[in-house]
Amino acid sequence: MSHDHEISCEEVIERLFAYLDGELEDVSQETIDRHLAHCRDCFTRAEFEKRLRARVADSVSTTAPQRLRTRVRFLLDEF
Amino acid sequence: MTDQPTEQDDSERGGEGPLDRAAFAERVDALMDRLYGTALRLTRNPDDAEDIVAEAVGTAWKRRADLRDVERFEGWLFRILNNTFVSWLRRRRSREDLEVSSEPEDGDADSGGDFSLFARLHQPFLLWWGTPEHEFLNRLLREDIQRALDQLPDEFRIAVVLVEVQGHTYREVAEMLDVPVGTVRSRLSRGRSLLQQALWERARDAGLKTVVDSPDRNSDGSVDNGQT
Repeated sequence: MSHDHEISCEEVIERLFAYLDGELEDVSQETIDRHLAHCRDCFTRAEFEKRLRARVADSVSTTAPQRLRTRVRFLLDEF
Repeated sequence: MTDQPTEQDDSERGGEGPLDRAAFAERVDALMDRLYGTALRLTRNPDDAEDIVAEAVGTAWKRRADLRDVERFEGWLFRILNNTFVSWLRRRRSREDLEVSSEPEDGDADSGGDFSLFARLHQPFLLWWGTPEHEFLNRLLREDIQRALDQLPDEFRIAVVLVEVQGHTYREVAEMLDVPVGTVRSRLSRGRSLLQQALWERARDAGLKTVVDSPDRNSDGSVDNGQT
């Protein structure tokens, strides 16, 4: 449970993705930071979501086909 | 605005810009896997992804004079890639007699938008033998995530890729897609929920249940772990 009386665990979880996106509207990043510093459950949840989104971001890179590299080089040579 | 590609102005400005042809080509080549991977996740079609990358690079070369700061090359090129994708999407939707800003799936954005992988994995009674959420992340394969992303409906997948992968703000995505910021929020929420649900189902299919669901792992005798 939270020891931070400014905001409840439920309110933090509700805003967790907006917090991670830097898109909070009605509370400050610092308010969430303070809560996470004192609440093990919310901190664990936030760390999980951070690691998951990092894995999602990393997953996007895909080896480009050689024909695309050739096509792009040809295209740049043409201009 | 500096280094901001303008989709409306498609004139060939010419000019040399800060990079010569060889330096430009070298930077593009270094980013090629991410450019292609991003286009592939956005379009879900290898041929379309190749076309979009090629078109984006061509546009970037024509507009190279707009790039004032070579340190911003990557963001600048990805923005052009995104704009190229959005134009491609609009053309495709137009052919399909749909508007890119139409929101057929958004009506569902508030329903079922709360699936949480963490809540499924973080079972307190299992903590005595480990942390399933860490186990899950460690076992998660790149292919699992790619397939889960590809399962998402267009609007939700695009929002997730643009925000989670590329790090755009909600407002930037709203402007790119020509939709309200609130629509971006709801698509993102629904997209994340569906993505986590797909990852959960994929992990269970791949055998995660042997870790999380196995009752004989519980020395305290509890069997019902609340999974659904």
